[in-house]
Amino acid sequence: MSQIKLDAAQPVSPASEIAVSVRNVSKNYGDVQALKNLSLEFPRGELTSLLGPSGCGKTTLLKIIAGLLKADSGNVTVEGRPVTEPGPDRSFVFQDFALLPWASVMRNVAFGLELRGVAKSEREAVAEKYIREVGLAGFEGKFPHQLSGGMRQRVGLARALSVDAKVLLLDEPFSAVDEQTRRKFQEDMLALVQNEKKTFIFVTHSIEEAVYVSDQIAILLPRPSRVLEVIRPSSFRGKIVANIRRDPEYLDIVDNIWASLRSYVE
Amino acid sequence: MMAFGYKLPAMSSLLVWAALWEIVGQLELTFFVPPISTVVVTLFGLVQTSAFLNALAVTASAFVAGVFFAIVIGIPVGILMGKSRLLDELLLPWVNIFVSAPLTALVPVLMVLFGFGAQTIIITTSLFAIWIIILNARAGVKQINRSLVEMSRVFGASSKDAFFKIYLWAALPEILGGVRIGVIRAVKGVIIGQLLISIVGFGALFELYSSNFLMAEFWAVLIVLFGLAFAISEFLGYLERKVSYYAASR
Repeated sequence: MSQIKLDAAQPVSPASEIAVSVRNVSKNYGDVQALKNLSLEFPRGELTSLLGPSGCGKTTLLKIIAGLLKADSGNVTVEGRPVTEPGPDRSFVFQDFALLPWASVMRNVAFGLELRGVAKSEREAVAEKYIREVGLAGFEGKFPHQLSGGMRQRVGLARALSVDAKVLLLDEPFSAVDEQTRRKFQEDMLALVQNEKKTFIFVTHSIEEAVYVSDQIAILLPRPSRVLEVIRPSSFRGKIVANIRRDPEYLDIVDNIWASLRSYVE
Repeated sequence: MMAFGYKLPAMSSLLVWAALWEIVGQLELTFFVPPISTVVVTLFGLVQTSAFLNALAVTASAFVAGVFFAIVIGIPVGILMGKSRLLDELLLPWVNIFVSAPLTALVPVLMVLFGFGAQTIIITTSLFAIWIIILNARAGVKQINRSLVEMSRVFGASSKDAFFKIYLWAALPEILGGVRIGVIRAVKGVIIGQLLISIVGFGALFELYSSNFLMAEFWAVLIVLFGLAFAISEFLGYLERKVSYYAASR
Protein backbone atom coordinates (compact mmCIF):
# COMPACT_ATOMS: atom_id res chain seq x y z
CA MET A 1 0.00 0.00 0.00
CA SER A 2 1.36 3.32 -0.95
CA GLN A 3 -0.69 5.61 1.28
CA ILE A 4 0.72 6.78 4.55
CA LYS A 5 -1.12 5.70 7.66
CA LEU A 6 -0.87 7.94 10.64
CA ASP A 7 -1.71 7.61 14.24
CA ALA A 8 -4.52 10.03 15.03
CA ALA A 9 -2.69 11.77 17.84
CA GLN A 10 0.45 12.32 15.83
CA PRO A 11 0.66 15.69 14.08
CA VAL A 12 0.40 15.42 10.32
CA SER A 13 2.40 18.51 9.52
CA PRO A 14 4.19 21.23 11.45
CA ALA A 15 1.93 23.19 13.79
CA SER A 16 2.05 26.27 11.60
CA GLU A 17 0.36 24.30 8.81
CA ILE A 18 -2.57 23.30 10.99
CA ALA A 19 -5.67 25.43 10.45
CA VAL A 20 -8.10 23.63 12.74
CA SER A 21 -7.15 21.58 15.72
CA VAL A 22 -9.49 19.42 17.80
CA ARG A 23 -8.13 18.24 21.13
CA ASN A 24 -9.68 15.68 23.49
CA VAL A 25 -13.21 16.66 22.61
CA SER A 26 -16.06 14.78 24.27
CA LYS A 27 -19.76 15.29 23.75
CA ASN A 28 -22.70 13.46 25.29
CA TYR A 29 -26.37 13.62 24.39
CA GLY A 30 -28.00 12.59 27.65
CA ASP A 31 -26.34 9.26 28.37
CA VAL A 32 -25.42 8.64 24.73
CA GLN A 33 -21.76 9.27 24.11
CA ALA A 34 -21.47 11.01 20.74
CA LEU A 35 -17.77 11.85 20.92
CA LYS A 36 -15.18 10.53 23.34
CA ASN A 37 -11.83 12.18 23.84
CA LEU A 38 -11.41 12.85 20.15
CA SER A 39 -8.36 14.60 18.74
CA LEU A 40 -7.77 15.49 15.13
CA GLU A 41 -5.87 18.08 13.12
CA PHE A 42 -6.80 19.69 9.84
CA PRO A 43 -3.96 20.98 7.64
CA ARG A 44 -4.38 24.41 6.09
CA GLY A 45 -5.41 24.58 2.46
CA GLU A 46 -6.39 20.94 2.30
CA LEU A 47 -9.61 18.99 2.25
CA THR A 48 -10.08 16.59 5.14
CA SER A 49 -12.98 14.15 5.10
CA LEU A 50 -14.68 12.84 8.20
CA LEU A 51 -15.85 9.40 7.17
CA GLY A 52 -17.66 6.79 9.17
CA PRO A 53 -20.84 4.81 9.64
CA SER A 54 -23.95 6.61 10.86
CA GLY A 55 -23.80 7.38 14.57
CA CYS A 56 -20.04 7.87 14.61
CA GLY A 57 -20.42 11.53 15.54
CA LYS A 58 -18.99 13.06 12.38
CA THR A 59 -21.73 15.66 12.02
CA THR A 60 -21.54 16.38 15.76
CA LEU A 61 -17.81 17.02 15.41
CA LEU A 62 -18.42 19.30 12.43
CA LYS A 63 -21.02 21.30 14.35
CA ILE A 64 -18.70 21.63 17.32
CA ILE A 65 -16.03 23.04 15.00
CA ALA A 66 -18.67 25.37 13.56
CA GLY A 67 -19.54 26.54 17.07
CA LEU A 68 -23.15 25.41 16.68
CA LEU A 69 -22.71 22.81 19.42
CA LYS A 70 -20.68 23.06 22.60
CA ALA A 71 -18.26 20.30 23.50
CA ASP A 72 -18.62 18.94 27.03
CA SER A 73 -14.86 18.88 27.37
CA GLY A 74 -11.75 19.42 25.27
CA ASN A 75 -11.17 22.31 22.93
CA VAL A 76 -11.22 23.32 19.29
CA THR A 77 -8.98 26.01 17.85
CA VAL A 78 -9.23 27.64 14.45
CA GLU A 79 -6.06 29.43 13.40
CA GLY A 80 -4.98 29.31 17.03
CA ARG A 81 -8.13 30.89 18.42
CA PRO A 82 -10.44 28.76 20.58
CA VAL A 83 -13.94 28.19 19.21
CA THR A 84 -16.84 29.08 21.47
CA GLU A 85 -19.46 30.17 18.94
CA PRO A 86 -19.88 30.57 15.17
CA GLY A 87 -17.51 33.15 13.70
CA PRO A 88 -16.54 34.79 10.43
CA ASP A 89 -13.51 32.51 10.09
CA ARG A 90 -15.79 29.53 9.41
CA SER A 91 -18.54 28.97 6.93
CA PHE A 92 -20.93 26.07 6.49
CA VAL A 93 -22.62 24.12 3.71
CA PHE A 94 -25.74 22.30 4.84
CA GLN A 95 -26.94 18.86 3.88
CA ASP A 96 -30.43 20.18 3.13
CA PHE A 97 -29.05 23.41 1.60
CA ALA A 98 -30.74 25.72 4.17
CA LEU A 99 -31.69 28.31 1.57
CA LEU A 100 -34.23 31.04 2.19
CA PRO A 101 -37.15 29.86 0.03
CA TRP A 102 -38.53 33.39 -0.20
CA ALA A 103 -35.31 34.90 -1.50
CA SER A 104 -33.74 34.87 -4.95
CA VAL A 105 -30.49 33.08 -5.74
CA MET A 106 -28.75 36.46 -5.59
CA ARG A 107 -30.06 37.32 -2.13
CA ASN A 108 -29.39 33.81 -0.84
CA VAL A 109 -25.78 33.87 -1.99
CA ALA A 110 -25.30 37.38 -0.61
CA PHE A 111 -27.14 36.59 2.64
CA GLY A 112 -24.00 35.89 4.68
CA LEU A 113 -22.67 39.29 3.67
CA GLU A 114 -26.06 40.92 4.22
CA LEU A 115 -25.98 39.69 7.84
CA ARG A 116 -22.53 41.22 8.18
CA GLY A 117 -23.88 44.58 7.08
CA VAL A 118 -22.05 44.77 3.75
CA ALA A 119 -23.65 47.33 1.44
CA LYS A 120 -26.01 45.96 -1.17
CA SER A 121 -24.04 46.83 -4.29
CA GLU A 122 -20.84 45.52 -2.77
CA ARG A 123 -22.27 42.21 -1.57
CA GLU A 124 -24.09 41.61 -4.83
CA ALA A 125 -20.86 42.10 -6.75
CA VAL A 126 -19.20 39.45 -4.58
CA ALA A 127 -22.23 37.15 -4.86
CA GLU A 128 -22.27 37.52 -8.62
CA LYS A 129 -18.66 36.39 -8.82
CA TYR A 130 -19.38 33.22 -6.83
CA ILE A 131 -22.66 32.53 -8.62
CA ARG A 132 -20.58 32.50 -11.79
CA GLU A 133 -17.92 30.36 -10.17
CA VAL A 134 -20.36 27.62 -9.17
CA GLY A 135 -21.90 27.71 -12.64
CA LEU A 136 -25.21 29.42 -11.91
CA ALA A 137 -24.75 32.55 -14.02
CA GLY A 138 -28.13 33.57 -15.44
CA PHE A 139 -30.05 32.13 -12.47
CA GLU A 140 -29.56 35.15 -10.15
CA GLY A 141 -33.24 36.07 -10.16
CA LYS A 142 -34.60 32.54 -9.74
CA PHE A 143 -35.99 31.20 -6.46
CA PRO A 144 -34.89 27.97 -4.79
CA HIS A 145 -38.11 26.11 -5.66
CA GLN A 146 -37.37 26.79 -9.33
CA LEU A 147 -33.99 25.02 -9.13
CA SER A 148 -32.99 21.35 -9.08
CA GLY A 149 -31.44 19.85 -5.94
CA GLY A 150 -27.97 20.08 -7.42
CA MET A 151 -28.41 23.74 -8.33
CA ARG A 152 -29.73 24.51 -4.85
CA GLN A 153 -26.58 23.08 -3.32
CA ARG A 154 -24.51 25.19 -5.70
CA VAL A 155 -26.32 28.19 -4.21
CA GLY A 156 -25.43 26.90 -0.72
CA LEU A 157 -21.82 26.53 -1.80
CA ALA A 158 -21.68 29.99 -3.35
CA ARG A 159 -23.12 31.50 -0.15
CA ALA A 160 -20.49 29.72 1.95
CA LEU A 161 -17.72 30.90 -0.37
CA SER A 162 -18.87 34.49 -0.64
CA VAL A 163 -18.24 35.27 3.05
CA ASP A 164 -14.59 34.41 2.40
CA ALA A 165 -14.08 32.35 5.54
CA LYS A 166 -10.76 30.56 5.95
CA VAL A 167 -12.42 27.29 6.89
CA LEU A 168 -15.28 25.75 4.95
CA LEU A 169 -17.36 23.11 6.76
CA LEU A 170 -19.47 20.84 4.57
CA ASP A 171 -22.06 18.54 6.15
CA GLU A 172 -22.78 15.73 3.67
CA PRO A 173 -23.26 18.39 1.03
CA PHE A 174 -23.95 16.07 -1.89
CA SER A 175 -26.03 13.39 -0.19
CA ALA A 176 -29.32 14.96 -1.26
CA VAL A 177 -28.44 15.27 -4.95
CA ASP A 178 -28.55 12.60 -7.62
CA GLU A 179 -25.58 10.43 -8.52
CA GLN A 180 -24.56 12.17 -11.74
CA THR A 181 -24.81 15.62 -10.19
CA ARG A 182 -22.79 14.34 -7.27
CA ARG A 183 -19.96 13.21 -9.56
CA LYS A 184 -19.88 16.61 -11.18
CA PHE A 185 -19.81 18.22 -7.73
CA GLN A 186 -16.91 16.06 -6.66
CA GLU A 187 -14.89 17.09 -9.69
CA ASP A 188 -15.75 20.73 -9.01
CA MET A 189 -14.70 20.30 -5.36
CA LEU A 190 -11.19 19.32 -6.44
CA ALA A 191 -10.90 22.44 -8.57
CA LEU A 192 -12.32 24.52 -5.72
CA VAL A 193 -9.77 23.24 -3.19
CA GLN A 194 -7.03 24.05 -5.72
CA ASN A 195 -8.28 27.54 -6.46
CA GLU A 196 -9.68 28.79 -3.17
CA LYS A 197 -6.78 28.10 -0.79
CA LYS A 198 -9.19 27.38 2.02
CA THR A 199 -9.30 24.59 4.55
CA PHE A 200 -12.17 22.23 3.80
CA ILE A 201 -13.70 19.87 6.34
CA PHE A 202 -16.03 17.51 4.61
CA VAL A 203 -18.45 15.07 6.26
CA THR A 204 -19.56 12.18 4.13
CA HIS A 205 -20.75 8.61 4.44
CA SER A 206 -19.58 7.69 0.96
CA ILE A 207 -16.20 5.97 0.94
CA GLU A 208 -15.65 6.63 -2.77
CA GLU A 209 -16.53 10.27 -2.36
CA ALA A 210 -14.16 10.68 0.58
CA VAL A 211 -11.25 9.06 -1.21
CA TYR A 212 -11.97 10.93 -4.43
CA VAL A 213 -12.03 14.45 -3.00
CA SER A 214 -9.77 14.28 0.07
CA ASP A 215 -6.21 15.15 0.81
CA GLN A 216 -6.71 13.45 4.14
CA ILE A 217 -9.40 11.05 5.33
CA ALA A 218 -10.20 10.63 9.02
CA ILE A 219 -12.07 7.40 9.67
CA LEU A 220 -14.34 7.62 12.68
CA LEU A 221 -15.83 4.63 14.46
CA PRO A 222 -18.97 4.69 16.58
CA ARG A 223 -19.81 3.65 20.15
CA PRO A 224 -17.69 5.07 21.60
CA SER A 225 -16.69 7.49 18.92
CA ARG A 226 -13.01 7.56 18.09
CA VAL A 227 -10.64 8.12 15.21
CA LEU A 228 -9.60 4.76 13.76
CA GLU A 229 -6.99 6.14 11.40
CA VAL A 230 -6.05 9.06 9.21
CA ILE A 231 -5.25 8.23 5.62
CA ARG A 232 -3.39 10.51 3.22
CA PRO A 233 -3.61 9.33 -0.36
CA SER A 234 -0.29 10.16 -1.96
CA SER A 235 -0.11 9.13 -5.59
CA PHE A 236 -3.23 10.32 -7.41
CA ARG A 237 -3.60 13.87 -6.05
CA GLY A 238 -2.82 16.37 -8.73
CA LYS A 239 -3.38 13.93 -11.54
CA ILE A 240 -6.06 14.30 -14.16
CA VAL A 241 -9.42 13.97 -12.43
CA ALA A 242 -10.77 11.59 -15.06
CA ASN A 243 -8.16 9.00 -14.09
CA ILE A 244 -8.59 9.05 -10.32
CA ARG A 245 -11.26 6.38 -10.19
CA ARG A 246 -8.98 4.00 -12.09
CA ASP A 247 -5.91 4.68 -10.00
CA PRO A 248 -4.70 1.55 -8.16
CA GLU A 249 -4.10 3.51 -4.99
CA TYR A 250 -7.65 4.92 -5.11
CA LEU A 251 -9.09 1.43 -5.45
CA ASP A 252 -6.87 0.06 -2.68
CA ILE A 253 -7.84 2.75 -0.23
CA VAL A 254 -11.55 2.34 -0.98
CA ASP A 255 -11.24 -1.42 -0.39
CA ASN A 256 -9.25 -1.02 2.81
CA ILE A 257 -11.64 1.50 4.28
CA TRP A 258 -14.57 -0.76 3.56
CA ALA A 259 -12.71 -3.68 5.15
CA SER A 260 -12.23 -1.71 8.34
CA LEU A 261 -15.76 -0.25 8.41
CA ARG A 262 -17.89 -3.23 7.35
CA SER A 263 -18.11 -4.77 10.82
CA TYR A 264 -19.55 -1.47 12.17
CA VAL A 265 -22.34 -1.18 9.65
CA GLU A 266 -25.63 -2.63 10.79
CA MET B 1 -68.42 23.67 -10.45
CA MET B 2 -69.89 22.03 -13.55
CA ALA B 3 -73.60 21.69 -14.25
CA PHE B 4 -75.11 20.18 -17.40
CA GLY B 5 -71.73 20.36 -19.10
CA TYR B 6 -71.24 24.10 -18.43
CA LYS B 7 -68.63 25.58 -16.14
CA LEU B 8 -70.41 27.78 -13.61
CA PRO B 9 -68.73 30.89 -12.26
CA ALA B 10 -67.56 30.85 -8.64
CA MET B 11 -70.26 31.31 -5.99
CA SER B 12 -73.10 30.72 -8.46
CA SER B 13 -74.75 28.58 -5.79
CA LEU B 14 -75.56 31.90 -4.09
CA LEU B 15 -77.97 32.61 -6.96
CA VAL B 16 -79.95 29.49 -6.08
CA TRP B 17 -80.24 30.59 -2.47
CA ALA B 18 -81.13 34.13 -3.50
CA ALA B 19 -83.92 32.74 -5.70
CA LEU B 20 -85.22 30.62 -2.81
CA TRP B 21 -85.08 33.67 -0.52
CA GLU B 22 -87.04 35.69 -3.09
CA ILE B 23 -89.75 32.99 -3.34
CA VAL B 24 -90.10 32.67 0.44
CA GLY B 25 -90.22 36.46 0.69
CA GLN B 26 -92.82 36.88 -2.04
CA LEU B 27 -95.05 34.23 -0.39
CA GLU B 28 -95.08 36.50 2.70
CA LEU B 29 -94.73 33.51 5.00
CA THR B 30 -93.13 35.61 7.74
CA PHE B 31 -92.38 39.26 8.28
CA PHE B 32 -88.92 38.12 9.26
CA VAL B 33 -87.97 37.37 5.65
CA PRO B 34 -88.83 40.15 3.20
CA PRO B 35 -88.06 39.39 -0.48
CA ILE B 36 -84.38 39.76 -1.29
CA SER B 37 -85.24 42.21 -4.07
CA THR B 38 -86.73 44.52 -1.42
CA VAL B 39 -83.64 44.03 0.74
CA VAL B 40 -81.33 44.92 -2.15
CA VAL B 41 -83.35 48.03 -3.04
CA THR B 42 -83.29 49.01 0.64
CA LEU B 43 -79.57 48.37 0.72
CA PHE B 44 -78.85 50.80 -2.10
CA GLY B 45 -81.01 53.44 -0.47
CA LEU B 46 -79.50 52.78 2.93
CA VAL B 47 -75.83 52.99 2.03
CA GLN B 48 -76.30 56.59 0.93
CA THR B 49 -77.77 57.77 4.22
CA SER B 50 -75.52 59.61 6.64
CA ALA B 51 -76.73 57.35 9.49
CA PHE B 52 -75.31 54.35 7.67
CA LEU B 53 -72.07 56.08 6.70
CA ASN B 54 -71.53 57.24 10.28
CA ALA B 55 -72.16 53.74 11.58
CA LEU B 56 -69.76 52.33 9.01
CA ALA B 57 -67.08 54.81 10.02
CA VAL B 58 -67.51 54.06 13.74
CA THR B 59 -67.48 50.30 13.24
CA ALA B 60 -64.66 50.32 10.72
CA SER B 61 -62.40 52.43 12.93
CA ALA B 62 -63.02 50.22 15.98
CA PHE B 63 -62.47 47.15 13.80
CA VAL B 64 -59.25 48.45 12.24
CA ALA B 65 -57.87 49.50 15.63
CA GLY B 66 -58.78 46.16 17.20
CA VAL B 67 -57.24 44.14 14.38
CA PHE B 68 -54.17 46.37 14.41
CA PHE B 69 -53.45 45.68 18.08
CA ALA B 70 -54.22 41.97 17.67
CA ILE B 71 -51.67 41.75 14.84
CA VAL B 72 -48.85 43.88 16.26
CA ILE B 73 -49.09 42.16 19.64
CA GLY B 74 -50.14 38.70 18.49
CA ILE B 75 -47.51 38.01 15.84
CA PRO B 76 -44.42 38.89 17.95
CA VAL B 77 -45.82 37.07 20.99
CA GLY B 78 -46.51 33.98 18.86
CA ILE B 79 -43.06 34.07 17.29
CA LEU B 80 -41.37 34.51 20.68
CA MET B 81 -43.42 31.63 22.08
CA GLY B 82 -42.27 29.49 19.18
CA LYS B 83 -38.65 30.42 19.81
CA SER B 84 -38.52 30.32 23.60
CA ARG B 85 -39.46 27.21 25.49
CA LEU B 86 -39.84 29.15 28.74
CA LEU B 87 -42.23 31.72 27.30
CA ASP B 88 -44.16 28.95 25.61
CA GLU B 89 -44.65 26.98 28.83
CA LEU B 90 -45.70 30.18 30.56
CA LEU B 91 -48.22 31.50 28.05
CA LEU B 92 -49.56 28.52 26.10
CA PRO B 93 -52.16 27.41 28.69
CA TRP B 94 -53.66 30.92 28.70
CA VAL B 95 -53.69 31.18 24.93
CA ASN B 96 -55.37 27.79 24.65
CA ILE B 97 -58.00 28.75 27.21
CA PHE B 98 -58.81 32.06 25.54
CA VAL B 99 -58.83 30.74 21.99
CA SER B 100 -61.74 28.47 22.88
CA ALA B 101 -63.33 30.52 25.68
CA PRO B 102 -66.74 32.12 25.15
CA LEU B 103 -65.33 35.64 25.03
CA THR B 104 -68.78 37.21 24.92
CA ALA B 105 -69.15 36.18 28.56
CA LEU B 106 -66.04 38.20 29.37
CA VAL B 107 -67.43 41.42 27.92
CA PRO B 108 -69.15 42.51 31.17
CA VAL B 109 -65.81 42.04 32.97
CA LEU B 110 -64.10 44.19 30.35
CA MET B 111 -66.79 46.86 30.86
CA VAL B 112 -66.03 46.91 34.58
CA LEU B 113 -62.30 47.15 33.87
CA PHE B 114 -62.25 49.58 30.97
CA GLY B 115 -65.58 51.38 31.00
CA PHE B 116 -68.23 51.76 28.33
CA GLY B 117 -66.30 53.65 25.71
CA ALA B 118 -64.71 53.00 22.36
CA GLN B 119 -61.55 51.62 23.95
CA THR B 120 -63.46 48.70 25.48
CA ILE B 121 -64.92 47.87 22.06
CA ILE B 122 -61.41 47.92 20.58
CA ILE B 123 -60.10 45.68 23.35
CA THR B 124 -62.99 43.27 22.79
CA THR B 125 -62.23 43.18 19.07
CA SER B 126 -58.57 42.51 19.75
CA LEU B 127 -59.39 39.77 22.23
CA PHE B 128 -61.54 37.99 19.67
CA ALA B 129 -58.77 38.07 17.07
CA ILE B 130 -55.49 37.77 18.93
CA TRP B 131 -55.42 34.19 20.24
CA ILE B 132 -55.61 32.43 16.93
CA ILE B 133 -53.02 34.85 15.53
CA ILE B 134 -50.67 33.95 18.40
CA LEU B 135 -51.25 30.21 17.96
CA ASN B 136 -50.65 30.30 14.23
CA ALA B 137 -47.50 32.43 14.46
CA ARG B 138 -46.23 30.03 17.11
CA ALA B 139 -47.01 27.01 14.92
CA GLY B 140 -45.28 28.68 11.99
CA VAL B 141 -42.10 29.16 14.00
CA LYS B 142 -42.29 25.65 15.51
CA GLN B 143 -42.10 24.04 12.09
CA ILE B 144 -39.16 26.17 10.91
CA ASN B 145 -36.37 24.09 9.41
CA ARG B 146 -33.62 23.66 12.07
CA SER B 147 -30.91 24.15 9.51
CA LEU B 148 -32.27 27.62 8.63
CA VAL B 149 -31.77 28.54 12.28
CA GLU B 150 -28.27 27.05 12.24
CA MET B 151 -27.57 28.87 8.98
CA SER B 152 -28.49 32.20 10.57
CA ARG B 153 -26.15 31.44 13.49
CA VAL B 154 -23.27 30.31 11.27
CA PHE B 155 -23.44 33.52 9.27
CA GLY B 156 -23.62 35.61 12.40
CA ALA B 157 -27.21 36.88 12.40
CA SER B 158 -28.07 39.17 15.29
CA SER B 159 -31.26 38.21 17.10
CA LYS B 160 -33.00 41.15 15.43
CA ASP B 161 -31.89 39.95 11.99
CA ALA B 162 -32.88 36.37 12.80
CA PHE B 163 -36.32 37.60 13.85
CA PHE B 164 -37.03 39.87 10.89
CA LYS B 165 -35.14 38.01 8.15
CA ILE B 166 -35.72 34.37 9.08
CA TYR B 167 -38.44 33.67 11.65
CA LEU B 168 -40.99 36.17 10.42
CA TRP B 169 -40.70 35.04 6.82
CA ALA B 170 -40.49 31.33 7.62
CA ALA B 171 -43.69 31.59 9.62
CA LEU B 172 -45.45 33.92 7.18
CA PRO B 173 -47.80 31.36 5.56
CA GLU B 174 -49.11 30.31 8.98
CA ILE B 175 -49.17 33.92 10.22
CA LEU B 176 -51.32 35.01 7.30
CA GLY B 177 -53.65 32.06 7.88
CA GLY B 178 -53.97 33.11 11.52
CA VAL B 179 -54.60 36.75 10.60
CA ARG B 180 -57.32 35.71 8.15
CA ILE B 181 -59.17 33.69 10.79
CA GLY B 182 -58.45 36.37 13.40
CA VAL B 183 -59.95 39.08 11.20
CA ILE B 184 -63.15 37.07 10.76
CA ARG B 185 -63.33 36.66 14.53
CA ALA B 186 -62.71 40.38 14.94
CA VAL B 187 -65.85 41.09 12.88
CA LYS B 188 -67.81 39.13 15.47
CA GLY B 189 -65.93 40.91 18.25
CA VAL B 190 -66.62 44.42 17.04
CA ILE B 191 -70.35 43.79 16.53
CA ILE B 192 -70.70 42.07 19.91
CA GLY B 193 -68.84 45.00 21.44
CA GLN B 194 -71.12 47.49 19.76
CA LEU B 195 -74.20 45.62 20.91
CA LEU B 196 -73.16 44.92 24.50
CA ILE B 197 -70.78 47.68 25.55
CA SER B 198 -72.14 50.81 23.99
CA ILE B 199 -74.72 50.74 21.30
CA VAL B 200 -72.92 52.50 18.47
CA GLY B 201 -72.00 51.85 14.86
CA PHE B 202 -73.42 48.79 13.14
CA GLY B 203 -74.46 47.43 16.52
CA ALA B 204 -76.75 50.42 16.93
CA LEU B 205 -78.20 49.87 13.45
CA PHE B 206 -78.92 46.20 14.20
CA GLU B 207 -80.50 47.19 17.50
CA LEU B 208 -82.58 49.92 15.88
CA TYR B 209 -83.85 47.85 12.94
CA SER B 210 -84.57 44.63 14.83
CA SER B 211 -86.43 46.32 17.66
CA ASN B 212 -88.54 48.22 15.13
CA PHE B 213 -89.08 45.15 12.95
CA LEU B 214 -87.42 46.87 9.96
CA MET B 215 -86.31 43.54 8.57
CA ALA B 216 -85.35 44.75 5.08
CA GLU B 217 -82.94 47.28 6.62
CA PHE B 218 -81.73 44.68 9.12
CA TRP B 219 -80.89 42.20 6.36
CA ALA B 220 -79.33 44.93 4.21
CA VAL B 221 -76.85 45.87 6.95
CA LEU B 222 -76.11 42.20 7.55
CA ILE B 223 -75.38 41.70 3.85
CA VAL B 224 -73.06 44.72 3.81
CA LEU B 225 -71.25 43.37 6.87
CA PHE B 226 -70.96 39.92 5.33
CA GLY B 227 -69.68 41.43 2.10
CA LEU B 228 -66.99 43.44 3.90
CA ALA B 229 -65.84 40.47 6.00
CA PHE B 230 -65.80 38.29 2.90
CA ALA B 231 -63.74 40.82 0.93
CA ILE B 232 -61.13 41.17 3.69
CA SER B 233 -60.90 37.41 4.10
CA GLU B 234 -60.52 36.90 0.34
CA PHE B 235 -57.79 39.55 0.21
CA LEU B 236 -55.86 37.78 2.98
CA GLY B 237 -56.43 34.47 1.23
CA TYR B 238 -54.90 36.02 -1.86
CA LEU B 239 -51.82 37.07 0.15
CA GLU B 240 -51.61 33.56 1.57
CA ARG B 241 -51.58 32.07 -1.92
CA LYS B 242 -48.79 34.46 -2.87
CA VAL B 243 -46.48 32.91 -0.27
CA SER B 244 -47.70 29.34 -0.78
CA TYR B 245 -44.89 28.69 -3.25
CA TYR B 246 -42.49 28.32 -0.38
CA ALA B 247 -44.87 27.00 2.27
CA ALA B 248 -44.22 23.45 1.07
CA SER B 249 -40.45 23.75 0.87
CA ARG B 250 -39.21 25.43 4.02
